[in-house]
Amino acid sequence: MKFGVLVNEGPYQHQASDSAYQFVRAALDAGHEVFRVFFYHDGVHNGTRLTVPPQDDRNVVERWSALAAERGLDLVLCVAAAQRRGLLDADEAKRHGKDVDNIAPGFRISGLGQLIEAAIQSDRLVTFGD
Amino acid sequence: MSETEGGVVKKLMYVNRRAPYGTIYALESLEVVLIGAAFDQQVSLAFLDDGVYQLTRNQDTAAIGMKNFSPTYAALGDYDVREIYVERESLAARGLTLDDLQPLTYEDEDEDWAEKDSIRVVSSAELAAILDAQDVVLSF
Repeated sequence: MKFGVLVNEGPYQHQASDSAYQFVRAALDAGHEVFRVFFYHDGVHNGTRLTVPPQDDRNVVERWSALAAERGLDLVLCVAAAQRRGLLDADEAKRHGKDVDNIAPGFRISGLGQLIEAAIQSDRLVTFGD
Repeated sequence: MSETEGGVVKKLMYVNRRAPYGTIYALESLEVVLIGAAFDQQVSLAFLDDGVYQLTRNQDTAAIGMKNFSPTYAALGDYDVREIYVERESLAARGLTLDDLQPLTYEDEDEDWAEKDSIRVVSSAELAAILDAQDVVLSF
């Protein structure tokens, strides 16, 4: 089966991202396809490379990046949600005159159309959040 | 789901369950609806629980310093969003009736662009059946 995944909550504050990660890994291990993981609302905070969690805790962001590198996952942060919350890739940072970009490896920033496309192209869209 | 010359058309419902202010879910849900309208899917919206407050008329947000985005709902008809379901029980539990909601309309091209109401007040059981018929449910 082809899954689309929507993550609506930020890391650590909420378990949505953890559950989504476990779901995606399990789906891939079972031979399913994951068309895209789309991060919306505070979910975009899953894509910042500047998090420094305690060493005895899981690293939510690096875990996503590693999974993307291993399995070729498409991790997309909503551009409108990301800009509001201070998540910028190099191009966006330059365009808005900011002195830093903070997108973690494996993530990319794009529009909400990517969420709708995932909903249309996937057999199931699975949402993680409240 | 059906096939047209333009590709797959899915039944896609946005479910809105939260108050318009207090969290950003309602505003960012509306942003998805407006962007998603360009994809020519069979779109509907549902408002239940505190989500029914999103459609109340005469919203005034001056005192909380937030942008009042409720006028945007009136544009949904222009985006070909014509099916807007409001749960009757959620209205009743909050002391609201249809008259407390802003009128939302669309122009029916099959009837000489007659203006028609988009909002349908449905029972919880009716809404459950409508939800069951969807291909995709996006809940905010």
